[in-house]
Amino acid sequence: MTSGRALIVGASHAGAQLAASLRQEGWAGEVVVIGDEAALPYQRPPLSKAYLAGKSSLEELAIRKAEFYDKQKIRLLRATVTEIDRAAGEVVLSDGETLAYDGLALCTGGRARPLAIPGIDLPGVFYLRTFADVEAIREATASGRRAVIVGGGYIGLETAASLRALGLEVTVLEAAERVLERVTAAEVSMFYERIHRDAGVVVRTGALVEAVAGDGRAGEVVLAGGERIPADLVIVGVGLLPNTELASEAGLQVEDGVVIDDFASTSDPKIVAAGDCAIHYISRYGRRVRLEAVPSAGEQAKAAAATLCGKERPISALPWFWSDQYDLKLQIAGLNTGYDEIVLSGDPARDRDFTCYYLQRGRLLAADCVNRPRDFMKAKRTLGQGLDVDRAELQRPAAS
Amino acid sequence: MSVVTFISHDGEKREAPLEEGASLMQIAVDNMVPGIDGDCGGEAACGTCHVIVEDQWIAEVGRSGPVEEEMLAMNPEREPTSRLSCQMRVSESWDGLVVRLPEFQM
Repeated sequence: MTSGRALIVGASHAGAQLAASLRQEGWAGEVVVIGDEAALPYQRPPLSKAYLAGKSSLEELAIRKAEFYDKQKIRLLRATVTEIDRAAGEVVLSDGETLAYDGLALCTGGRARPLAIPGIDLPGVFYLRTFADVEAIREATASGRRAVIVGGGYIGLETAASLRALGLEVTVLEAAERVLERVTAAEVSMFYERIHRDAGVVVRTGALVEAVAGDGRAGEVVLAGGERIPADLVIVGVGLLPNTELASEAGLQVEDGVVIDDFASTSDPKIVAAGDCAIHYISRYGRRVRLEAVPSAGEQAKAAAATLCGKERPISALPWFWSDQYDLKLQIAGLNTGYDEIVLSGDPARDRDFTCYYLQRGRLLAADCVNRPRDFMKAKRTLGQGLDVDRAELQRPAAS
Repeated sequence: MSVVTFISHDGEKREAPLEEGASLMQIAVDNMVPGIDGDCGGEAACGTCHVIVEDQWIAEVGRSGPVEEEMLAMNPEREPTSRLSCQMRVSESWDGLVVRLPEFQM
């Protein structure tokens, strides 16, 4: 089946790649991408980085130009899907219209995890997920001087760096004992706390936020224990919730994401899924993983497009991630979950470049590489080929 | 119309219109040139837009800078004229440029 109509729900990274890949794989029929945002599908990673810091425009964020979609006869439809009717093979839009599909792809992404505390709805409190969110934050930075960021994950820390670049006073509040606690070793967390403090950011760990207070507008963040931190703007970055409601209401298998197999198929063979909304069993890690990362979204989208075209192209690429803060480029190869040992190359307590390797029973699982692109590329290769590692060799920076 | 030619590892040629000011990676992506992924969107963070510039063009387009060099250093398909195409800002004078693609993007 490569004729008929392919419907892609979500004009996301995954959705845009899936549409392009459908054409590459030979889908001859209609391709429709449904999204509820005003812009062409755009790059999200720069939102908390270059775009927030004012170093790139919305036009530059577009993954592909409008002409691309015209030329490839990919229709971008601005609408909201409210229901999937699998029996009828159609989706229902919020205006009541229905659209039939021959192949359906769910690239619905995720939304910022809401923080359920008093005052969270006050003007001056922002989440950071869409370009519209960033526009609003940028507008607030024009008059506000003091920013409080709730959450010391990658989004929070990247935002802190970007707002420092804009000259704001920045406080980061993290509930856990260290920043990046869920995703890195303590040594890497300590490194980023040091870097941010050196850049003038106030980093508070073990800081539980109880409320946002203010007279008609955010003015203070209230911590457990009663301490009040003045804030002109508050940015909340406490994680992401996958948009799985359409899938679960349609009776597809859903866990912490829409469950897909190695070919990005959901429990319905006519429906594929890709990106932040999808959860996938990765044999390398022996469990289902939902990845919030552009490279994974692209990889899954390529597999999904092949599947809709009746071909087999399994999801296989190694997961990887990156984060830009100040002059530091962090590149992460693999997932470190389950590590029992780390090996450091360089000294994160002192240097501005180092690599933290994560091992499990002597095998390399992942590597966090800060300003060490060579180590990153080498780790990617080692992980991709399942090569053995030598601890002493890991401690030396990779040389060509 | 100015064009750039991408030659796949298998020898298949793909022409794309040159667009001054765009990155060569963006041109490849906009024209669906297989073999250029551009996973990171042009941040020189992923190394998946590696191209090898034909020798006669390297003086015109220039060699890799320090950031690219770091990313390319560990690549087994790396050649003296290797570049990350996301770091190549296209100029009109590149009309007729030919680049080859590696077998694998890392």
